[in-house]
Amino acid sequence: MYGNAYIDPNENPVSSGKGPSILEGEDPVLLAEFEARIQRGEKIEPKDWMPREYRKQLIRMIEQHAHSEIIGALPEGTWITRAPGFKRKLALMAKVQDEVGHAQLLYSAAETLGKSREDMINDLITGKSKYSNVFNYPAYTWADACIIAWLIDAGAIINQVANAKGSYGPYCRALDRICTEESFHLKYGHDNVVTLATGTPVQRKMVQEALNRWWPPIMHFFGPSDKISSHTEILMRWKVKMASNDDMRQQFLNMYVPKIWDLGLTVPDTNLRKNEETTDPDWDEFKRVINGGGPCNAERLAVRRDAEERGRWVRNALKAGSAKYVVPLA
Amino acid sequence: MESAKELFFKMADDLLIFGHRNSEWTGLGPILEEDIAFSSMAQDKIGHAQAIYQILHEMGEADSDALAFNRPSSAFRNCQFVELPNGEYDFSMVRHFLFDHADQQRFEMLATSAFEPIAKVARKIKGEIKYHVFHADTWLVKLSQANEESKARMQSALNEAWNYALGIFEEGDFESDLRSKGIFEGEAALKARWMDKISPIIEKAGLRIPDESTWNPVLGGRKGYHSDHLDPLVLEMGEVFRLDPGAEW
Repeated sequence: MYGNAYIDPNENPVSSGKGPSILEGEDPVLLAEFEARIQRGEKIEPKDWMPREYRKQLIRMIEQHAHSEIIGALPEGTWITRAPGFKRKLALMAKVQDEVGHAQLLYSAAETLGKSREDMINDLITGKSKYSNVFNYPAYTWADACIIAWLIDAGAIINQVANAKGSYGPYCRALDRICTEESFHLKYGHDNVVTLATGTPVQRKMVQEALNRWWPPIMHFFGPSDKISSHTEILMRWKVKMASNDDMRQQFLNMYVPKIWDLGLTVPDTNLRKNEETTDPDWDEFKRVINGGGPCNAERLAVRRDAEERGRWVRNALKAGSAKYVVPLA
Repeated sequence: MESAKELFFKMADDLLIFGHRNSEWTGLGPILEEDIAFSSMAQDKIGHAQAIYQILHEMGEADSDALAFNRPSSAFRNCQFVELPNGEYDFSMVRHFLFDHADQQRFEMLATSAFEPIAKVARKIKGEIKYHVFHADTWLVKLSQANEESKARMQSALNEAWNYALGIFEEGDFESDLRSKGIFEGEAALKARWMDKISPIIEKAGLRIPDESTWNPVLGGRKGYHSDHLDPLVLEMGEVFRLDPGAEW
């Protein structure tokens, strides 16, 4: 999964209006060369010159994506201990392990831009950095974990495939690897949902209810509608932002609503019609949840904070150990 | 083959419960790399458990899913050591070290068993456990030598774990039968091999094995007597499966 690294148009701090331009103070010659390289399809690498705003937005996006991977491991992880049968238990363990591995890759990519993993994790647990809003919702049943694995991962793939074509080399390479693994997660999630949707009445009811619960968060997943501003234009020119949030949401609906219907499941938005008026996602709910008012925000961060606190002595021991190299014994 | 079945049940139950406990570190490890390592070892352990339940199934028992997910905790024959909660990372690491060395030696011994199905599985599993032991040894030595706090924690965890670890070697009713049939040399032989392996590493780490006068193995697990920690684990593990054991999940 899980992370969707979208740019929230409501959060652009210095973009438009009367504030200083995001390009203020940048060397015009270096800037022109930088933009020309991106135009030619070259990747920007860690030691290359880059505008301040480019670095800042990338750190924010990659960090948010990495946080989403480790926080996303929590609602799914609670189902590892309850997964029904060896096949599902082993597959879910492997999947969640992949997600934590993605966090590791992404933190490394973000570190190349100058922010340490420790600082990023501190910003996560103090609430300064965001993570994907969907993980502030609870996974009540096994079917919730299955819907997450199918549809949230599907949404993430749409986002990540787009971002993998971006301009920052380390992020693109991390995303290429991540997308390969995600495609297995998608198959895993789909297989689970098919099994439930074609199973007993209890299983069918369970999966439909989970879908109903997760539909609004899935619609929120891609982020609020983009306002076209000079700021987003620059970020698109720099290939930091690769597609509009609405375009990605539409792509998801085009691809997955028919698959949901094929399984005999229904989508809870009864006004959903292609190319006709649809019900807009409830953005007030989105804002409330992303700013800390969702059902699980406090719990997720508390679990993460607790893990950080309990693991502090191990990390301290690793630092202290540098003076005493231990030759592996086996 | 009651003797072989008893041996296989306790091995598979140990691995399933221990793997389940390892998997509880997912998302909560002290560093991401360890989160991933414990998850990886948990997958191996649970896979090993499944392979041994499969042998039991071929010997006439229920299938592996039913054995793992649909038995009451009183039917489990794991040692109490593996069912204890993870506690802090020090206890988890010491348990990982003590249990995995015993596990490695057990499979080493079984690799030449006269009972071919388990010998075949043991030969395959041996190659995987090598890495578990490597991981445990490296971390045990590292944490025990890093600083005062980590050393105190590791010694304290070793003291806490020790009598439970001795419970791994609780003898069954068929020790001599297993020996005479060439299936397994027995728990006493296993314990001796285990002591030989772990003692120098514990010494190298700068830790002390508790004084022998205090040794008091925690027994009962192999007869179905468990701590209060197993029942909630088993209920949780089978929670979804038992909604409809006949359904495909």
